[in-house]
Amino acid sequence: MKSLAELQALRDEMKDKIGVRRDGEYRMRIVVGMATCGIAAGARPVLAACVREVETRKLTDVIVAQTGCIGICQFEPVVEIFDADGTKTTYVHMTPEKVPKIFAQHVVNGSPVAEYTIGASAN
Amino acid sequence: MMQELSMNILDVAENSVRAGATLVEIRVDESPSKDLLSVVITDNGCGMTEEQVKNVTDPFFTTRTTRKVGLGVPFFKLAAELTGGKLEIRSTVGKGTVVTADFVRSSIDRMPLGDINETICTLVQCNPQIDFLYTRRFENEELTLDTREFRRILGGIELSDPKVSQFIREFLAENTGELLSGHDA
Repeated sequence: MKSLAELQALRDEMKDKIGVRRDGEYRMRIVVGMATCGIAAGARPVLAACVREVETRKLTDVIVAQTGCIGICQFEPVVEIFDADGTKTTYVHMTPEKVPKIFAQHVVNGSPVAEYTIGASAN
Repeated sequence: MMQELSMNILDVAENSVRAGATLVEIRVDESPSKDLLSVVITDNGCGMTEEQVKNVTDPFFTTRTTRKVGLGVPFFKLAAELTGGKLEIRSTVGKGTVVTADFVRSSIDRMPLGDINETICTLVQCNPQIDFLYTRRFENEELTLDTREFRRILGGIELSDPKVSQFIREFLAENTGELLSGHDA
């Protein structure tokens, strides 16, 4: 069973691989809305899916974060992706199923998935 | 309304994050013998005035500027009261806030606790600068996750490192299974 001793073992295993701390140096920020509207609409599994993508793809230059109310509650769950040059893409009505495609196409290859963005959504 | 209590807990804990807390304690206490499920969320954030405490359960009161409603706390209060339970908030400006929600465990209107582990993982993953102390108690046994302890052991490794967040997920899953095994959860 997982215990603090196992955490120590994990630490020893990872010790040699600690990279330089990169606050503010991420290539991309993936921000998931986590206000009441977001959580009620299903943001928690969306965020979990994003974290899983980072883990399985072993991405070290992106960060998954959360934010509060963005003000477009009817579009929740919302995921905003900020590129290194500050460009923002707003994905709306997100589900865990849409996350892998966004990671493959946008996060890894730099090409936003237009059909999932707010621009493509009829109000 | 949320579908699970663990979503309400995530929601209210986000308030603590917004209040600038450096330590957020989440305690879930289940006692079939007392027919009680109790949730306590404690933070050392900026706290609220007496006036704000009185208003926070009003759905049309909020301190955010993007919308005119604040539903998180009212939802939590409603969830508790539907079961015959109650919600209590104590707060001191400059010191922090304690939100206590008591639920009648056997009430047919008591929402399931749901995936509380995912709530904790989400909070720890997204707020690496904040410490979380999570305690889950079932009758007389309890499990604890204290990020301060984890940090001490990990040294310079971030809590948000994928390998660490995976460990935390597994840690919670296994220890929760152990806690609840042999009990009708």
